[in-house]
Amino acid sequence: MPTVIKDGAILPRDRWTVLREATGPEVLQAVPGRSFIVPLEFWLNFRAQLEEYPGEKGVWLDSHQTPEPIAADLAEFAVIGLNFPVFADGRSYSNARELREHYRFEGEIRAIGDVMRDQLYYMSRCGFNSFALRHDQDSETCLRALKDFSTGYQSSVDEPLPLFRRRGGVRQE
Amino acid sequence: MYVYDEYDHCMLAERVAQFRDQTDRYLAGKLSDAEFLPLRLQNGLYIQRLAPMLRVAIPYGLLSSRQIRKLAFIARHFDKGYGHLTTRQNIQFNWPELVEAPDILAHLAEVEMHAIQTSGNCIRNVTTDHYAGVAADEVEDSRPWCELIRQWSTFHPEFAHLPRKFKIAVCGTPADQAATQVHDIGVYLIRAESGEVAFRILAGGGLGRTPVIGQAVFDFVEKRHLLTALEAIMRVYNREGRRDNKYKSRIKILVRETGVEKFREKVHAEWERIKGSALTLTDAEIERCKSFFTDPDYVRRLNGSDVLTEKLLEDPEFARWHRRNVRQHKQPGYGIVTISLKQTGVAPGDVTDGQLEFIADLADKYSFGEARVSHKQNIILADVEQRRLYDLWRDLSTQSLETPALGLLTDIICCPGGDFCALANAKSIPVAEEIQRFFDDAAELEEIGDLQVNISGCMNACGHHHVGNIGILGVDKRGEEFYQISIGGSSAREASLAKILGPSFARDEVPGVMRTLVDVYQAEKRQDESFLDTYRRIGHEPFKQAVYADSH
Repeated sequence: MPTVIKDGAILPRDRWTVLREATGPEVLQAVPGRSFIVPLEFWLNFRAQLEEYPGEKGVWLDSHQTPEPIAADLAEFAVIGLNFPVFADGRSYSNARELREHYRFEGEIRAIGDVMRDQLYYMSRCGFNSFALRHDQDSETCLRALKDFSTGYQSSVDEPLPLFRRRGGVRQE
Repeated sequence: MYVYDEYDHCMLAERVAQFRDQTDRYLAGKLSDAEFLPLRLQNGLYIQRLAPMLRVAIPYGLLSSRQIRKLAFIARHFDKGYGHLTTRQNIQFNWPELVEAPDILAHLAEVEMHAIQTSGNCIRNVTTDHYAGVAADEVEDSRPWCELIRQWSTFHPEFAHLPRKFKIAVCGTPADQAATQVHDIGVYLIRAESGEVAFRILAGGGLGRTPVIGQAVFDFVEKRHLLTALEAIMRVYNREGRRDNKYKSRIKILVRETGVEKFREKVHAEWERIKGSALTLTDAEIERCKSFFTDPDYVRRLNGSDVLTEKLLEDPEFARWHRRNVRQHKQPGYGIVTISLKQTGVAPGDVTDGQLEFIADLADKYSFGEARVSHKQNIILADVEQRRLYDLWRDLSTQSLETPALGLLTDIICCPGGDFCALANAKSIPVAEEIQRFFDDAAELEEIGDLQVNISGCMNACGHHHVGNIGILGVDKRGEEFYQISIGGSSAREASLAKILGPSFARDEVPGVMRTLVDVYQAEKRQDESFLDTYRRIGHEPFKQAVYADSH
């Protein structure tokens, strides 16, 4: 299981299992007692079966997918995973912002896939609040990386006011 | 110019620390080559043919004398005593050591400089017309808007891993010396009939393998909505730009494959979502940024043109330099001076540590302590009193910096080419030199007049050969260097892409071809027509016929 950082702390135990490739609903019986983050296609095809499964639900989007197909279902999910097939694929940053800023999703947004230290600060600015670290990442170093910068210029999820509305300590909403 | 406050300083210091850590991890084997690559690129560090190359940003081309002295220091202590001005208002150092790169960045940070996002698949250094703020005819000074874009694009968390590099230019002058239309995004300041100044925004321009002139995505954007409009374009591109093929991943391909109408729709749909959000500029912020770019203390009612007139009559060499390298300033009694870095025998855009220090001194002495670099690889002193032009010219002569070449055939834009760059198919610097040696008569060059020659060593087109009046592209033919010649390009307001003349030429044939092209122009020109004017009037064929009749 990957080490997971959530809300700025290393999780002692993570209850989520990411179903990377799920072909049919039979997998739901395979690991009783655990919650699943299922692929988008799985949700679209086997929603009824998943809804019968006890516990909370999660879904993940690959980087070429957008939140639009699940826009009406967001309240169903405790967690939405956004995948990084390779760390230089930046599409999931836009998905995270869209989920937070446009759809007002308030659950957990988890970075999965090729997740390493050097992306974490930008990810957190875009609305990710949990990170399933790549196996070779040192989790303590990753925790520190969330604080690589003390502030940023832009309007984003962690700080909706761009710096130009905050300079001098006066907030101009 | 813009002055950092504690926020800007803090972010820059944190960036230096971050990159130092990344470099340490790479050197310790904890980061693979593939992982370090995008990280070092976003800090301007390439691995070149012979050594690493560090590209330092000069935001929209503006430098203080203090910054110039720091660049000289870096050239002297970390390089072989020179730097190279690029075609995007940056400076490159070709010989630093990787282990020293974090130290260089720390030195740069002392003078509010950096190498952030000067390469990699992110938003690059924003560029503008190098006469911004002093051109007599500009709609509005573009520099405050460049600074706003610089801040918005620096460490933008959403757009650090785009499909490909992304270049933005802003222009407020009618002439357009920023090559605005061949940028991924080109922003024009426009004046509406109501008198209101606003923006017109193009997207999808670019050079490289597939040269394209940008198309309007926004016809009219109120000033306060500038950043949300840009963010809308970026978001559509980040999501939909192709990532399967490096050569099809620029926004120009997305615009083409989507169709500009459909692309506009997508961008405007995105814009509707974010227009009016906190990213909307405030009047206070616009005024704050403008306050850094107010006019210096010009001497009013300057009474010095007599001195100038006298010297112009007295000294024909000075008069020639004045005709070519000094341009009209918005402030009576002042001139815009270009220091040409196109001396024959020196790679276009190369400048030594000593010259940099000398230019810093001149900036202090003559031009309020500031200078600019142009994408045409020259240095500009933007605010020189006319009565002191002769003294400046004399000073320049002591360092061989008085080449009267601005805009002439020898004012060549040139990439580093095969001498330095790992991507190049052919050398470009020696071709520039051979052309300069072939056309070495100053009077004749002036007679030929404005003629932009651009040379790229490969189809990535860093030398902007597609928009040269004459463009030269190095190609590899079975291991030998050949040069394909195009004519009729321009990056100015009436932008056009150059058209290939025909089969390519061996290197030693290039100057002769140039001679033939110039001969056709001079035989055909009417009155004051430039090479480009004549080309546009008479077309491609006469040039083509003359060249291939001669050499084949």
